[in-house]
Amino acid sequence: MIPSREEMERVLTERHTRPVYDKLKGARVAIAGLGGLGSNIAVSLTRAGVGELMLVDFDRVELSNLNRQQYEISDLGKYKTEALAQRLARIDPYIKLSYKTVKVTAENASELFGSFGIVCEAFDRADMKAMLINTLLEQCPDTVIVSGSGMAGHLSSNTIKTRHVLERLYICGDEVTDSSAVNGLMAPRVAICANHQANMVIRLILEEREV
Amino acid sequence: MITVNGENHEGFEGKTLSELLCGLGYKEAYIATELNGNIVKKDSYRTVVLKEGDSLEVVNFVGGG
Repeated sequence: MIPSREEMERVLTERHTRPVYDKLKGARVAIAGLGGLGSNIAVSLTRAGVGELMLVDFDRVELSNLNRQQYEISDLGKYKTEALAQRLARIDPYIKLSYKTVKVTAENASELFGSFGIVCEAFDRADMKAMLINTLLEQCPDTVIVSGSGMAGHLSSNTIKTRHVLERLYICGDEVTDSSAVNGLMAPRVAICANHQANMVIRLILEEREV
Repeated sequence: MITVNGENHEGFEGKTLSELLCGLGYKEAYIATELNGNIVKKDSYRTVVLKEGDSLEVVNFVGGG
């Protein structure tokens, strides 16, 4: 049986306090890329009680994603946007979700993300990360970006940090460890990095701009 | 002297941002830069000329996600 909206609100309010709950519930966050970073960020923000998420990815769930991404066998072949939206709705049926199954480009990024005060950059490829961040910094003056860079392999967890690198850009990760054949992506460090991003998002929502 | 990510570099005064980035081994496709606190558009890298006292932040992205 699905709990009522009031029941879920009561439980989260008791945990977070009313002022924190209200700020989280009133927040809108966009997530660009729904792989290991984006799917984990989305799950954490949903559990934390963020009111509205906008999910963007063009890809479908593949078997090679299951080592680190929040999908399961039954999701194989589905669009990540649809599979993740279904999963998030099972965690919180009252979260406001929207999604766009499109490839992000320098041409459509400002239209997709410009109305969001906080955007999570959660792409896989370094050139795509740079493209999105350059475009949003140039064209979307009201948007703060929380990006993930450097989380491959099984190096020490403690090398992953959050840095406030440019005025409107935070980076989470070790900023060095590229994914490669000898340094594959593994669930723990990807999820650590994703949750650095999710926590920085929550701090920004609660108006705490320091890392 | 020009500061790049807090470190001092000599010899790039009068050079373009593109020349500095290349000289320090950055690949333009993987970076974002702020010069004296302002984002530099990608298509300006070849025209922005650096001067004494400039402060540059270069953010370099690596793959994986």
